[in-house]
Amino acid sequence: MARVLLKELNKKFDGTHAVKNVNLEIRDHEFVVLVGPSGCGKTTTLRMVAGLEDITSGEISIDGKVVNNLAPMDRDIAMVFQNYALYPHMSVYQNMAFGLRMRKFEKPEIDRRVKQAADVLGIHALLERRPRQLSGGQRQRVALGRAIVRNPRVFLFDEPLSNLDAALRVQMRVELKRLHDRLETTAIYVTHDQVEAMTLGDRVVVMRDGMVQQEGAPLELYERPANRFVAGFIGSPAMNFIGVSITASGDALSAEAPGLRVRVPPQKAERLRRYSGQRVILGLRPEALRPAGASAPGDFAFEATVEVVEPLGSEILLNTRVGDSPVVARVDPAVRTSPHERVRLAFEPERAQFFDAATEAAI
Amino acid sequence: MIEGARWKKWLWFYLPLGAFILALLFPFYWMVVTTVRPDGELYRPWNHPLYSPFWTSHPTLEHVKDLLQETLFNTWMLNTMFIALVATLISLVCGVIAGYALARLTFRWAGLLGTAIFVTYLVPQTLLFIPLAEIIRDYHLGDTPWALILTYPTFLIPFCTWLMMGYFKAIPKELEECARIDGAARWQAMLYIIFPIAVPGILSAGIFAFTLSWNEFIYALVFLSSPEQKTVPVGVTSELIRGDVFFWGSLMAGALIGSIPVAFVYSFFVEHYVAGVTGSIKG
Amino acid sequence: MDAAKPAQLQFVSRGPISRALEREATLAFWLLAPTLAILTVFIAYPFVLGVWLSLSNSTVGEPGHFIGLANFHKIFADSIFRTAAMNTFVYTGVTTVFKLALGLWLAMLLNRHFRGKSWVRAFILLPFIIPTVLSTLAWKWMFDPTFSVFNWFFWKLHIINSRINWLGDPDLAMVSIMIVNVWRGVPFYAISLLAGLQTINPDLHEAAAIDGANRWKRFWYVTWPLLLPVTMVVVLFSVIQTFADFQLVYVLTGGGPANATHLFATYAYQIGIGTGLLSEGAAISLAMFPALLLVVVFQLWYIRRVENR
Repeated sequence: MARVLLKELNKKFDGTHAVKNVNLEIRDHEFVVLVGPSGCGKTTTLRMVAGLEDITSGEISIDGKVVNNLAPMDRDIAMVFQNYALYPHMSVYQNMAFGLRMRKFEKPEIDRRVKQAADVLGIHALLERRPRQLSGGQRQRVALGRAIVRNPRVFLFDEPLSNLDAALRVQMRVELKRLHDRLETTAIYVTHDQVEAMTLGDRVVVMRDGMVQQEGAPLELYERPANRFVAGFIGSPAMNFIGVSITASGDALSAEAPGLRVRVPPQKAERLRRYSGQRVILGLRPEALRPAGASAPGDFAFEATVEVVEPLGSEILLNTRVGDSPVVARVDPAVRTSPHERVRLAFEPERAQFFDAATEAAI
Repeated sequence: MIEGARWKKWLWFYLPLGAFILALLFPFYWMVVTTVRPDGELYRPWNHPLYSPFWTSHPTLEHVKDLLQETLFNTWMLNTMFIALVATLISLVCGVIAGYALARLTFRWAGLLGTAIFVTYLVPQTLLFIPLAEIIRDYHLGDTPWALILTYPTFLIPFCTWLMMGYFKAIPKELEECARIDGAARWQAMLYIIFPIAVPGILSAGIFAFTLSWNEFIYALVFLSSPEQKTVPVGVTSELIRGDVFFWGSLMAGALIGSIPVAFVYSFFVEHYVAGVTGSIKG
Repeated sequence: MDAAKPAQLQFVSRGPISRALEREATLAFWLLAPTLAILTVFIAYPFVLGVWLSLSNSTVGEPGHFIGLANFHKIFADSIFRTAAMNTFVYTGVTTVFKLALGLWLAMLLNRHFRGKSWVRAFILLPFIIPTVLSTLAWKWMFDPTFSVFNWFFWKLHIINSRINWLGDPDLAMVSIMIVNVWRGVPFYAISLLAGLQTINPDLHEAAAIDGANRWKRFWYVTWPLLLPVTMVVVLFSVIQTFADFQLVYVLTGGGPANATHLFATYAYQIGIGTGLLSEGAAISLAMFPALLLVVVFQLWYIRRVENR
C-alpha cells in the first residue's frame, strides 16, 4: 500500500522522445490504468516505475522516497507480464517462492505464503506442475500468485490479459477486480484495451504520443472527454465526429454540415459563440442517438441514409451517412430498417460534444 | 506410371545417397578391417592374387594388444582426455559468461568486443604456433599439458561465446526482468534463471569444444616433445613409425581406438552436436 | 528504506559486490575479463611477437635483431615458398567448390523423409568428428603405393595396369590431398546447409511449383537465394580453415614429394621448427595474414549487410 508520484517524467530513446513530462499521482490503494494506443508511452512509463528503464529526467517516488536510482529488487514492487514470464525450469511452487528465497525469507514462512496465495487464486492443485503443463489462464494465475506472495507495496501490470482468448479475458478481468478489492494494494495497470481500462480502473489515464491526455474516473472520461482523442478512444463503437460550421441567426446558434442542421444546445451556446462563422467538430456517441418520429422537434435531430445494418441481438448498429460523414447509431433491436432507407435520428442536447477543429480540445 | 516413378526415385535418390554414405564411411570400415588383420594378410600388394580387401578370415587382436601394451598409447589417451576436459571446462566457463555479457547486457564496447572476439578466427593456430612456441618455452610450460590447456581456449572460447550468444538471445528478457523485480540481483538472475534454461546450449558448446580439443594437432606437435607427454594424434603419427617403417596394423588400431572417445561422446549427444554446428552457423 | 511493514523485508541487504555488479557496464566487464585476458595473452601477444620475429633474424636459441623486410624478400625469392603459396590458393579454391557442390547435393538428399534418416544424419558427420590426423592416416594407408585398396579396385575393373602413385607422384599428390579434404569437409557443409534448407518455408516451393517453375528453376529462384546467408557463413569459415590447413598435408606427404605439396602452414613448420629458422618461419606464417584479413573483412561486411536488411 503506497503512494506513487511521477514528477515531470521524461524518457528519450536514441532520438525518440517516448515519455514527455508525465505528472501523475497514484494514491494509496488506488487502481490506476494507463491506457492508449501502442507507442503512446504507457509501457515505458510502467517500466520506469519498475526500474527496468533508466529515467532521462524527472522523478519517481514511492511513499515519499525517490527511487530513481534504486535497482528493481529494492523497490518492493511486483510485476505481472503480458507473457507471464514464468520460470520454465521451476515448478509453480518454486516460481512463487523464488522472490521470497532471494529476499532470504525463512522456509516455513515461504511455505505459508505460497500456500496462502495459492488458495486465494485457486491454484493449489498446480503447485508441483511445470509452466509448460499449464493452460494460459492457469499461467496467468500463477503469475499473479508470484506477485502477491511478496506482499509488495505496488503491483504493476503490463497488459496481462492480452494473450488470453476473449472469454477468458472477461473472466480474468472480474477476478482481477475481485483480487484488488480484497488485497487493496496500490496498482498501476497498462493496457491498450479501453474496455479493460473502464471496468478495472478507479482512475484512468489516457496517453498518446508520450503525453497524458486526460486522467480521471472512468465515467468522467466518458461523459466529459477533454479532447477529441479521448472522446474517440473511450467508448465502443467510437464517438461519431462530424465537421460542422457554427452559424448564428440572432441569438440562436446552429451547427451546420451538408445534410445536417441542428441547434447548439443552450449549455454550450456561451462557449461556442466565439466560434461563430468557424468550423468545429461535433461529437455524438452512437448510444446517444435514437430513431425519432417525423414529429420530433428538429432542433436536435437530423436525417441519415442507412448504409449497413449490423444486428447484434442485444442491439442494432446502424451505419448511416449524413451528407459526407459516416454516423453510427446504436439502437434498440426492435427498430426495423434496411439499407438505402432514410431514417431520422435524434439526440439529447446535453450529450452533444464540441471540439475545436485546430487544437482538438473540448469546447 | 508407378513403375517409372520408382525407377526414378532409385536413380535420383537412393543411388546418390548410397554413394555418399559409402564414400564417407568406407575409410572407417577400412580402419576396422586393417586393425584386425594379421600382418601376413595385411602386407599383400594390391595386385597380389590373394588380395581380399573387404574381409579377413583370420581376425586377430594382436595389433590392438601391441598398441596397448608395447606403446605409450594408454598414456596418450589419458593425456588427451585430461587436456580436453580441462580446456573444455575453462572455455565453457569463459564462453558462457562472455556470451551472456554480449547477448544480454548493453554497454558501450559491446559491439567492438563482440567483433574482436569474432575476429580471433582471423589468426589460426598455424599463424601463431611459432611465436607461441617461444612464449611457451620462456614460461617453462613446454612439454607439459598446461601448454595446451592454456592455449586451446584461444580457439574454443570464441566458438563457445558465439554459440551461447545465439542461445541467450532466444531467451525472453522478461524472465530476467521478472527475476530482478522479484528480488534477484542482476548476477543472481543470470545464474539462477538464465543459465539453467540455457543448459542445452551449454551442453552443445561443451561437446563441440571437447571434439575440437581432441582434433587439435599443431600446438600439440610443437609444444610437446617427450613421448610420455604426447596426445593421441601426435603420438600415433610420430611414435608408431620406426625409421621409415609404418606399422599399419598398430597405426590403424591407434587411429580406431583414438577415435572412440570422441565418437562415444558424439553418439550420446548427436542432437546437441548438430544443434551446435547449426547454431554457430545461424548465430 | 522505512520498515513500516511487520514481518517483511523492505530493503534486502546485499553485499557491496552485488551492488557494484548491478551496473551493466561493471558486470559486463567482469564477465568478459577472463576471456579478454586469455585472448590477449595467447593471441594478441604472440601475434605481435610473430610480427617482430618476422622482422628480425632469430633462430632457436639465438634472439636476433631487427632486419626489416629481409625475411620477406628472401621467402618471396624462394621457389618452394611460391609453390606453397600457389598450392594454398588452388587447394582452398578447388576444395571449397567441390565441398559446396557435394555438400549441397547431400543436404538436399537429406532434406527428404526416409527411414533411418536420423541414423544416416548421425553417421555421415563422422568424417568431421573423428580427429583429422587419425582419419587421414587411414587415407594414407589407402593411398599407399604398394598396398592401396584403390589401386586394387581400379585394377580389378581393368582401368589400370600399373600402380597409381597417389602420394608419390608430384602432380597427383596434391589431387589426393584435395580428395581427403573434400571427404572431410562435405559432412560439415551438408549439415549446415541442411539446417538452412529446413528453415525455408515449404509453402514457397509449392507456390513456385503452382506458378509453373520446374525443379531447376525452383532451386535457382527460391532455394538458392534463401540459402545464401547460411552458405556464405559456411564458406567463409571453411575457407579460413582450409587456407590455414596443416594436418592433412603433414600426415599424407609432409610437404613432399620434393616440396611439391607444401602449403603455407607446412612450409612454415618445416623452416621454423624443422630447421630452427624461427624468423623465416614466422614470415611464412604471416604471409597468410593478408589473404585471411580480406576474407574476414568480407565476412564481417556481409554479416552486417544481412543483419541490417
